[in-house]
Amino acid sequence: MTMTTTNDLTTQTPAKRRFGGSDLIGLGVILALAVVGYFLFPTNLALLTRIIALALLVLSLDLVTGYCGVATLGHAALFGAGAYAAGIASAHYGINDPLSMLAFGIVAGAVAGLVCGAVILRAHGLPQLVLSIALIHLFHEFANKASSWTGGSDGLSGIAPSALLGLYEFDLWGRTAYVFAVVLLALVFALLRLIVRSPFGMLCRAIKEDPIRIRSMGASPKAALMKMYVISGAVAGVGGALNAISTQVVGLDSLSFTMSAESLVMLVLGGTGSLFGALTGTIVFMFFEDVVSAANPFHWLTMVGALLIAVVLFAPKGLYGTAAAIVARRREAK
Amino acid sequence: MQTVFSIAIDALAYGMVLFVISIGLSVTMGLMRVVNLAHGAFAMIGGYIASYAARDLGLAYGFAIVLAVFGTILIAIPIERLLYRRIYGAPELTQVLMTIGITFCIIGIANYVFGPTLKTVPLPAQLQGSVDLGFRAIATHRLFAILCGLAVAAALWYAIERTAFGVKLRASVDNAAMAAALGVRTEIVYAVSFAVAVGLSAFGGVVGAELLPVEPYYALRYMVTFLVVVSVGGAGSIPGALVACLLLGGIDTTGRYLMPEFGEFFFYLAVIAIICVFPRGLAGRAKG
Repeated sequence: MTMTTTNDLTTQTPAKRRFGGSDLIGLGVILALAVVGYFLFPTNLALLTRIIALALLVLSLDLVTGYCGVATLGHAALFGAGAYAAGIASAHYGINDPLSMLAFGIVAGAVAGLVCGAVILRAHGLPQLVLSIALIHLFHEFANKASSWTGGSDGLSGIAPSALLGLYEFDLWGRTAYVFAVVLLALVFALLRLIVRSPFGMLCRAIKEDPIRIRSMGASPKAALMKMYVISGAVAGVGGALNAISTQVVGLDSLSFTMSAESLVMLVLGGTGSLFGALTGTIVFMFFEDVVSAANPFHWLTMVGALLIAVVLFAPKGLYGTAAAIVARRREAK
Repeated sequence: MQTVFSIAIDALAYGMVLFVISIGLSVTMGLMRVVNLAHGAFAMIGGYIASYAARDLGLAYGFAIVLAVFGTILIAIPIERLLYRRIYGAPELTQVLMTIGITFCIIGIANYVFGPTLKTVPLPAQLQGSVDLGFRAIATHRLFAILCGLAVAAALWYAIERTAFGVKLRASVDNAAMAAALGVRTEIVYAVSFAVAVGLSAFGGVVGAELLPVEPYYALRYMVTFLVVVSVGGAGSIPGALVACLLLGGIDTTGRYLMPEFGEFFFYLAVIAIICVFPRGLAGRAKG
């Protein structure tokens, strides 16, 4: 498979170390970028927070698509479930503590992951893809109809998160939300690095390569994939809840097909099968969107389409994957 | 009784339009194993060309249909040469991304050239009004769509089951490498069936313009429906696609008539149920 990236090269040697040097470097880069972003765009922190929320969605998509090889066009269902759960907890039940809202988001995301996984993993190939599309439309229709709970097409408003830990109010400039988002992203990233290189993560990767062989070795591919789907749902739930807390509204677009397709585009742009790839793709795509749609919203779709075609033709490993491959080749040459 | 009858006619017409558009997708998917998400975009191009020819140039309806079919094929040939060629045999994810990219581009360009408004294809006088069947009157256009669907199904059946080309096509679907080894020029079979698929989709887009209105997001909105038809029917199977279209058309139309507030909820629920029960489609075969 061409999709496995150089991530394999870095993970094979230090498999015994639980948290290697590259992870620390990765975390350092994330935090450094976060600080740079804070000082470069002090007036646009809302955009940066949204990028982080979407990065969580793309990371979660990477878990099932990049590591397990499940093609899905309905991953926003998990993100939206987390967003709506956090929003409903605040708007209807008065649970305004951000951390409790986050917990609701995680649980709802994981449950949605369980449901979606149970349906999507029943088929392979085209039927699998169609199932994922049907699921996202079903979730969308459901949220649209249950308007007394979700606000329908007007969106869910009335979300009022209280101060974080009782100390830090969510201010108008979004500073608290931004710091909260960065901390969440760093935590999730560290946790995912551990999961991805654990024996369980290796098993998932092996299932992607050859499910029949895994079954003959005595492991159950279905059970492992289900587990990964639930983890992925929890991660997407974090992203959804973060989006609900920071923007204080939840719209139907968080459960849309477009959102699912865009997250897949971001993932592939960065490179599947590596967490850095997912992050790179999200950041590049979001800034691209911000610049292009501000300059000429009319051509936004055309540009995305052309970008996709170009990536498939010229950089099938994605931006990060291609860069990592070049670096690896240099190192070998030395 | 009145409701049941009108639901049945609408469902039949809708199902037939779906069939005409998606049968080409089903055949190419069975033949080339390409998950072509851009198929609906070709139907949309057909609709736009026909609308331009009939409304802005004032050409006759039949002439507009012919122009739409051949115009769409002309547009599709370079796309096939330059882009599709490279993704035959590629992993599914790659195919999905490439064809979604093509769809986005076509939507963006259509939006730019024709504007975001709905385009209609004016019907000739003969197709307006209704036909009296003695006990009930039905809209002529619905009848026309149903007849077109039946004609396409019959012609395809004849071409695939009774002609020399059909034999080659079936051989290539079953085992392309072996067919090529036996002297079938699979390249030509691929090219011809791709052209026929695109032409049929354009034809369906024009005939069905009354039921599936032509607008820039057409390609995205109905993409799912066409894919669903193919995966429910089983890729590469004409009877399967026909049954799937009638079934899904029936479910969708009935749902819209009886419970309009639930929109497409039942449609997608039915799709999930059917695929869970028949993961390879109603008439699907094990893939070689």
